[in-house]
Amino acid sequence: MNVPTILGICAAGLIGLGLFSLIVEPQPLRKILAFNVLGNGVFLFFGVVARRGAAVGLFGDPIPQALVITGIVVGFSATALAVALLLRLFDETGSTSSRDDAQKESKSERADS
Amino acid sequence: MTIGVGFSVALGLLILAVAVFTIGTRDSFAAVVAFVVYGLLLSLGWMNLYCPDVALTEAAVGGGVTGALLLNACARVRSEKTSDFKKSPRWIGRGMAGLLCLALSSGLVAVVILLPNPAPTLAPEATRSLSATGLGNPVTAVLMAYRALDTMLEKVVLLLALVGVWSLASDRFWGGRATFGHLPEPDRPLIFLTRVLAPVGIIAGIYLFWVGADAPGGAFAGGAILSAIWILVFFAGLSVVPAVGSLGLRIVLSIGIIFFLAAGVAGISMAAGFLAYPEGFAKPIIVVIEVAMTLSIGATLGLLVAGPPGQSLKP
Repeated sequence: MNVPTILGICAAGLIGLGLFSLIVEPQPLRKILAFNVLGNGVFLFFGVVARRGAAVGLFGDPIPQALVITGIVVGFSATALAVALLLRLFDETGSTSSRDDAQKESKSERADS
Repeated sequence: MTIGVGFSVALGLLILAVAVFTIGTRDSFAAVVAFVVYGLLLSLGWMNLYCPDVALTEAAVGGGVTGALLLNACARVRSEKTSDFKKSPRWIGRGMAGLLCLALSSGLVAVVILLPNPAPTLAPEATRSLSATGLGNPVTAVLMAYRALDTMLEKVVLLLALVGVWSLASDRFWGGRATFGHLPEPDRPLIFLTRVLAPVGIIAGIYLFWVGADAPGGAFAGGAILSAIWILVFFAGLSVVPAVGSLGLRIVLSIGIIFFLAAGVAGISMAAGFLAYPEGFAKPIIVVIEVAMTLSIGATLGLLVAGPPGQSLKP
């Protein structure tokens, strides 16, 4: 076991955790958090590949590192757009829920009666 | 087991534990705070992998600016009652999702353990023409020279995201100022802290950008720190967010891309092709582009946190 392998296993765990939360979590804000946990796990994977590619006196391969730096900033801009959409939804409807089950239920109840 | 490996195991477990808490806790505010901690721990992980450039960017963007954005969002939707929990999928759905994610994680663990040895690397190619760029930091050389097109397009993505955020404004507020929602009246300690921190932060941001040529740092980390200071100044009420219609603001936002494109087009006639730098002038051109990029990144990140305009210029 060396350092990259250990953090690689950690990254694998983060990806699984993030995806699980992204699937089961009903609140959009928590989904955005889950998306970031997942994304950071993927980035950490790149770090493992970079560290393993250490050569010619460098501590790591600079290509994956540069990719991750742009990736972090792009991930942030996607998060900011998602948050802006969420807040607009909240301002319009007073709720951040993306589900319309509740509305459907109340409609069908009205139709029954 | 050496001390280094022991540290990595402890750090990996801590990161996983904080991630579990972020996902598992029912209080959204606690989840966001845990996420900021998670970002800072991850940047320690990046240091552990000898990637200081990424560690700086992760700490500034992943922990800092994302934290500000999510905390602000959390405070605004907090009034909503958290009754959604019972609407989440039933235990069968949860179980299936859990199995799927467990399988994914196990597969990735197998991939990590079975990674090829010796590992493939592009490090020799990346360092081969490092002297021609005049840069000492290979990561900056990749960002600004070998893969400059990626970096330029990434600026475009940032700007598109900002256009997307701005387009969510109500018609009556268009051209006005972003408001971060409704900020509470700043208290005196916050104003004092901002007055003390802002000059230090601005110097730190410029320093990080400047040493990025030869040492860990660069336009992304520097720009993110500048944007964090800018956000703090808004929170303390020491300045107002510039109106989205202002020409000066739009110039600052797009100057990074403009300089990048200008250098790229000039490269067609003066050097080998689009975004190729003429021999001997690579370093000065890169520095000029990076100055513009740092300003653009700082302004764009700050305005992305500020959100769509919510206040009209007319009283």
